[in-house]
Amino acid sequence: MDKTVNQKAWFLVLPVFLVVAFSAVLPLMTVVNYSMQDTFGNNQFFWNGVGWFKELLDPSTDLGGRFLASLGRNLFFSMVILAIEVPLGIVVALSMPRQGWTVAACLVILALPLLIPWNVVGTIWQIFGRPDIGLLGYVLNHIGLDYNYVSNDIDAWVTVIVMDVWHWTSLVALLCYAGLKSIPEAYYQAAQIDGASRWAVFKAIQLPKMNRVLLIAVLLRFMDSFMIYTEPFVVTGGGPGNSTTFVSIELVKIALGQFDLGKAAALSLVYNLIILIVCWIFYTVMTNAGAERKPQEGAA
Amino acid sequence: MHSIPGRRLIMGLFLIFLLLPIYWLVNMSFKTNAEIVSSMTLWPHTPTLQHYKRIFTDESWYSGYINSLEYVVLNTIISISVALPAAYAFSRYRFLGDKHLFFWLLSNRMAPAAVYALPFFNLYSAIGLFDTPWAVALAHCIFNVPLAVWILEGFVSGVPREIDETAFLDGYSFPRFFIKILVPLIASGIGVAAFFCFMFSWVELLLARTLTSVSAKPIAAIMTRTVSAAGMDWGLLAAAGVLTIIPGALVIWFVRNYIASGFALGRV
Repeated sequence: MDKTVNQKAWFLVLPVFLVVAFSAVLPLMTVVNYSMQDTFGNNQFFWNGVGWFKELLDPSTDLGGRFLASLGRNLFFSMVILAIEVPLGIVVALSMPRQGWTVAACLVILALPLLIPWNVVGTIWQIFGRPDIGLLGYVLNHIGLDYNYVSNDIDAWVTVIVMDVWHWTSLVALLCYAGLKSIPEAYYQAAQIDGASRWAVFKAIQLPKMNRVLLIAVLLRFMDSFMIYTEPFVVTGGGPGNSTTFVSIELVKIALGQFDLGKAAALSLVYNLIILIVCWIFYTVMTNAGAERKPQEGAA
Repeated sequence: MHSIPGRRLIMGLFLIFLLLPIYWLVNMSFKTNAEIVSSMTLWPHTPTLQHYKRIFTDESWYSGYINSLEYVVLNTIISISVALPAAYAFSRYRFLGDKHLFFWLLSNRMAPAAVYALPFFNLYSAIGLFDTPWAVALAHCIFNVPLAVWILEGFVSGVPREIDETAFLDGYSFPRFFIKILVPLIASGIGVAAFFCFMFSWVELLLARTLTSVSAKPIAAIMTRTVSAAGMDWGLLAAAGVLTIIPGALVIWFVRNYIASGFALGRV
């Protein structure tokens, strides 16, 4: 369906534009303003130019060290959960029942973790993992593993990662399932006539059809894990020490804990810029993938 | 659809993995604190409703649910009403800067809440909305409005253009066409969009906590604070958690076929 060019459409978009501008552009301006200044309280501000940004990118300073360390932890976290959730999500989507009431039941249970408030997700795992009252912690300790996410770095990491897998793998699975459902039965019949193996069916039919949804899944999971705050904050509080302090947790500490406006603002801008760049790359890839698809659809 | 060998086993194990932690929370909410601390029991041996009773009778607890519902409902109404015309515009017309606007909306959906916590705090304090449901409702628009636009755009595109043209030929004005014809046609889409706005506003904690202090404090914030103050009242915490899961669990059945689409910004 071709769209007609009509500049009056802007009037229809105007409310959205105003609401989002009010809640996105206006606050961002104050951030830019703060990032250039220093304050000693009492609403007295001093011009600091690009000082905060220099400090932020220099690992030898306190601010830079904290920022780069949390950035590194966050990137590592995002990579690990992507490496687990994407393949697992595909496997779960392929394991969906074919028909009957079990399909609906599986969909409902899969979606359940997605709709739980994030702090409650944290609470659930906080309780579940505790060695004294949690099933997981109790069982692990009873089979001889010395598991305690409060005092041990690696246990804290494992807990946060398993929690994220628990929370979000369903999203990847549901997206893949939506992609798989759009494959016509005729494709499978053709594959069967050709005597294709299961692996060949997956590689030649199912995976290409899931390309687009997988791209969206990777984008959403990367973004959301890159700005994760609530769940690890509730479970580990960023600890033990700083071992699970991700960028958002560090930022909130500086901004709302120490009220260090200049530093927090500079960190915010760099953080936002990273997100914007990644977002733009994905957007370009996504629209290009969409453009390639269109001629095929026209031919079919 | 062709599946893989052992699919029943894989699916079964995965569903157990999903349900076990939730079961543990529900299990704990029916136990007395003495039972929680003293012994490891797989189901409540002395089941009790004392935690739920406390939440429903203690105002400092149940007011949290009311506060949360207030800003969530406000946010849903604002998001849907501004997103509807925009969705129509994106679906039907091409206009100056439409692609840039689209990307801008996407980037706002992806913006980390932590970045906005402090400037929102300043902004809403300055205009006197701090600690009201309006502050949180407006703040959550940053990710819910783009979402609503995309979901609704998909549904509007499903309405054949001939319907618009016929209505205009019949002499419908644009607002009348919008309310009398288009909105009823995409009613299910509005329902889905409203569900997701409700959900994403309901699960968010950081902004909601930052923008409220006393009178509009959401249930999520009450949970985090009371835990440290009361010296770990695990049963109460678990009961409060179970109650926050219920709204999602109640409506999940009706939107089960749209969940993928809602999380993928209507792009699936």
